[in-house]
Amino acid sequence: MVQPLPRLKETPSQTAGPYVHIGLTPNYCEIGGVYPEDLGIRMVNEKTKGERITVKMRIFDGTGSVIKDAVIEIWQADADGLYNSPSEPRGKADPNFTGWGRQASDEEGVFTFETIKPGRVPFPDGRLQAPHISLWIVARGINLGLQTRMYFGDEEKANAEDPILTRLEHQNRVPTLIAPRSGNTYHFDIHLQGEKETVFFDV
Amino acid sequence: MRNIKPELGGFFQRDRSWHPPAFAPGYKSTVVRSPQRAPIAFSHTLSEITGPVFGHSMLGELDNDLTVNFARPGESAIGPRIIVYGKVLDENARPVPNVLVEFWQANAGGRYRHKKDGYLAPLDPNFGGCGRTVTDEDGNYWFRTVQPGAYPWPNGINDWRPAHIHFSIFGHGFVQRLITQMYFEGDPMIWRCPIVRTIPDKRAIETLIAKLDMESTVPMDARAYKFDIVLRGRRQTMFENKLEGN
Repeated sequence: MVQPLPRLKETPSQTAGPYVHIGLTPNYCEIGGVYPEDLGIRMVNEKTKGERITVKMRIFDGTGSVIKDAVIEIWQADADGLYNSPSEPRGKADPNFTGWGRQASDEEGVFTFETIKPGRVPFPDGRLQAPHISLWIVARGINLGLQTRMYFGDEEKANAEDPILTRLEHQNRVPTLIAPRSGNTYHFDIHLQGEKETVFFDV
Repeated sequence: MRNIKPELGGFFQRDRSWHPPAFAPGYKSTVVRSPQRAPIAFSHTLSEITGPVFGHSMLGELDNDLTVNFARPGESAIGPRIIVYGKVLDENARPVPNVLVEFWQANAGGRYRHKKDGYLAPLDPNFGGCGRTVTDEDGNYWFRTVQPGAYPWPNGINDWRPAHIHFSIFGHGFVQRLITQMYFEGDPMIWRCPIVRTIPDKRAIETLIAKLDMESTVPMDARAYKFDIVLRGRRQTMFENKLEGN
């Protein structure tokens, strides 16, 4: 049966602008009383399974200045590598872990996520990916949300066999995706442009 | 439970010549915030195909009514009362049900309730500027608000944004995530705006302009504007390798 394929064009993106917080984190920008709390600020509760970690991120522009007006969203698997999503076909994820977080930065430009270390998730061919967190970054001056991933500095073995990290042509750029660990905290610096430019994905 | 197979296919490639480029110097902030190296593509994994879902139960009663959701009891925001509505579809022209749509905007005078906005136009004590809703089973959304005003911004020495409402839309997969802006039919500022003009194709810009819809207007109350949103569509899964445990 041959049917015509109706194909619409995706709605074009526009920048989130400097006042993105009004819409995405209104309590953060002192618009209180509309929502009980900002969406995505809490990813875990006392019953969440897995290792508790803190992830601290910063974003730098092409001049090396810290950006303070962005919003970062993250998406990750639970401790067993399952996503809390209806599109997860492999089983039910930890109901006490949302897998999704959204943060604005503090005065110093630090975005802090209290989360858990994710388990490994398979690539389409069945190989295991290294533990990772997917990121989506929007801000004034960013016309289309930037997509990247954060990998974990203490997962050398898994990182060395990760299907995405290993196929990057410029292997000297792999470290831009890896956050070093200190204690229970990972520090991830994102460089939008220039010498230390983070690898962004067209996914 | 509805008898629909879970959606597991990867998404169609994003047409990056349809979206605005990262580097668009007419919009000056992009100059130092645009990556210079090409973004890297790879086959979608579950990390891209899955995404968070928000239930209707999360919503407060006034979340989709910006005329009153920040107002003192018995009062409401000042400005032209409007309803904005439409459908969220995917590129296959299928409705996208149960996805979160968030919106934010300036007040009727073009002033944002944000400490970084120092525009002379006053705040409206009864207007916050944020709202949200979740699409219904047929992909429909709607909200009430006041029409925002145009405002000046420091780009060129005399640049003004057209009246606009910012939209943030979730799909069912994290890589469908989209932020955009809705403009109003007939606004002469649209075609002068450096942010609008980051979009290279006039046809793409036209999809961001909401049409006045008198048929959906509520007489003696609010005019209506229609704005449909298209998210990335999915491929079928039949030719893909099976995922572990699938």
